Amino acid sequence: MKSRHRLLPYLLLLPALVMELLIHIVPMAVGIFMSFKQLTQFFIRDWSAAPWIALNNYRIAVDFSAPIGKSLLNSFWVTCSFTLLAVAFSWLLGVAAAIFMQEPFWGRGVLRAVFLVPYALPVYAAVITWSFMFQRDTGLVNHVLHDQLHLVSEKPFWLIGDNAFVSLIIVHVWKTWPFAFLTVMAGLQNVPRELYEAAAMDGASVWQQIREITMPALRPVNQVLVLVLFLWTFNDFNTPYILFGKGAPEAADLISIHIYQSSFVTWNFGSGSAMSVLLLLFLLLVTGVYLVATARWRDADA
Amino acid sequence: MRTHRIAVAATLVVAFTAACSRGSSTGNSSESNVQPAPKTQTLNYWASNQGTSLDNDKQILEPELKKFEQQTGISVHLEVVPWSDLLTRILAATASGQGPDVLNIGNTWSASLQSTGALLPFDDATFEKIGGKDRFMAGPMAATGADGKPPTAVPLYSMGYGLYYNKKLFQQAGIANPPTTWDELVADGKKLTGGGKYGLAIEGGNLSENVHHAFALAKQHGADFFDASGKPTFDSPGAVAAIKQYVDFIAQDKIAAPGNAEYAANQSVTDFANGKVAMLMWQVAGAKFKSHGMNPDDIGVAPIPVQAGATGSKATASMVAGINLTVFKNTKNLDGALQFVKFMTSKEESIALNKTYGSISPLKEAQDDPAFNTPELKTISNVLAAHAAPLPQVPNESQFETLVGTAMKNLLAAAAAGKPTTTESVKAELVKAQQQMPAS
Repeated sequence: MKSRHRLLPYLLLLPALVMELLIHIVPMAVGIFMSFKQLTQFFIRDWSAAPWIALNNYRIAVDFSAPIGKSLLNSFWVTCSFTLLAVAFSWLLGVAAAIFMQEPFWGRGVLRAVFLVPYALPVYAAVITWSFMFQRDTGLVNHVLHDQLHLVSEKPFWLIGDNAFVSLIIVHVWKTWPFAFLTVMAGLQNVPRELYEAAAMDGASVWQQIREITMPALRPVNQVLVLVLFLWTFNDFNTPYILFGKGAPEAADLISIHIYQSSFVTWNFGSGSAMSVLLLLFLLLVTGVYLVATARWRDADA
Repeated sequence: MRTHRIAVAATLVVAFTAACSRGSSTGNSSESNVQPAPKTQTLNYWASNQGTSLDNDKQILEPELKKFEQQTGISVHLEVVPWSDLLTRILAATASGQGPDVLNIGNTWSASLQSTGALLPFDDATFEKIGGKDRFMAGPMAATGADGKPPTAVPLYSMGYGLYYNKKLFQQAGIANPPTTWDELVADGKKLTGGGKYGLAIEGGNLSENVHHAFALAKQHGADFFDASGKPTFDSPGAVAAIKQYVDFIAQDKIAAPGNAEYAANQSVTDFANGKVAMLMWQVAGAKFKSHGMNPDDIGVAPIPVQAGATGSKATASMVAGINLTVFKNTKNLDGALQFVKFMTSKEESIALNKTYGSISPLKEAQDDPAFNTPELKTISNVLAAHAAPLPQVPNESQFETLVGTAMKNLLAAAAAGKPTTTESVKAELVKAQQQMPAS
């Protein structure tokens, strides 16, 4: 009886373990294996027969003086700046809106529902609508900027050229900030109201209350939130793919699209795998450093 | 912690349902199209999107498939695959071995897909079973695979490029005839440009569209994008001149609107149908213009211009465009699949389907049908017969389309933003594209 009891938790975990293996571990191992092979269209029917070329795919990916490496590096920097800006804006908007919505007021429920609309919309429908709005000659954005407000003398392009980066950030933040809003709002539920009452009694301003009560109370929520936002943003594929289609402008060439192009469009699956592995290593490193750092803060707090 | 518990619970549920469904049905539980009745045979067919929508294709094709079922007892499960997914889906099917029995491919991909070895080679014995190779026109047959190898597919729908022009706008500008040389086209284009209207529309964000024009123009400049051994030659002087000529419609001649540089969803077709532009180079499109409400009397079509006095391959006016029908080599029902190919390329079906889609039948015996003898289709089938060439039938064709198409998209974007287009800037983009070709 006793030994069965001891086994039960492991038995219950077994299906999860098997699924984890099937869904994550095995494909990852296959991907790493592929990255050492010259896997082109000639071998995709039987990819194990592709020639073994050891680290050659990696060498090509990080040879920053040749076009493939150079464009990968460009794509990496684009993705880093995109991630920094998009996460910062999404987070700021989310926190600001959540704090603003903390006090009950007339119409709060409706406003809250409106805020969540971008999060609830199907990504494809939402982003394709944005792409219509960003059209140079017929889009709403230029209509407002040029025809109505006369802010620009000539209609700019939003989907090609350098402005593509700006469009990408706008659409991504629009799509992501409601998640930050929702998470922070949930986090705020746990802050006791008495703290604010006491602080107000002591004459603390609203800013002081936010800085001294709200932000420290939100720290655990924020730690997770920022990490999740970072990973989602860094790997975002849908937004650029729907917005720009195949062949994104250089200024908005996110790494997920770049790797997709290398593997599935130029049919160089081995080199695409190598780039994926490099990306995975980078994300592991950043996440690891982040987790260690936040754990330090937590320990220091305790 | 809570999310962890939910995740474990969810995984358990998934694992259990997976286990249950696996127990209850034999084999493939995810495929809804597996018929339980063992007597009827089933074929899976992936059709490309030819009609106005995926549903429109279903409505057109399903009655034909029923006809096939009545004749042979083989039922066909149809899936219409959008163009944006088709190549990726074919590659995934190739890698996994889980593909349809019969499928459509863009004919420019023939040699690329042939090199994967996943498609059935149509050798003489195979052709015998579908009624022979000689039934097909030579032009479309040239785009079914690499030279010297058994074709990888048979032509299904044929198309070619024509220069569409708006007769009313031409009349208003005092132009009597459509241009036959590029100098004339640019001169006419300048007369037609002004007052918010433009002479020519191009689809600058569409990679395939860019490449199709680059190919015909390069031929006219005596250049090819691959040499005889299949090595890329993207930056040859002729290719650079060809692509510069195309980008110059926006950059130098200014007969195309800068906004065309971002068109990728057939906006140029709409612009033409609405009378915003006077000329458009497009694959058989008369039906599309009419569906946008354009007066059929205003639609004129002529061969794409060439340089004055051009002959031979320098007089190329179009690529050989079209859709091919092919069979996955590992089909479990090879005989049924070939019966289906025979049915789809029979005279009766070929005429009916090409007529509906507004394309041209690739069958010799169907050429006299009145459906293909309208002024529009007559012009284009004459071009296909005498002045068309297939895109390079090399394994790396698909990569070429994307890389050169993207290079042109970047060049057009720069031109639209007012940056100068020079021979050097065009060459630099093409060198970059070529260096990204995988070694093979």
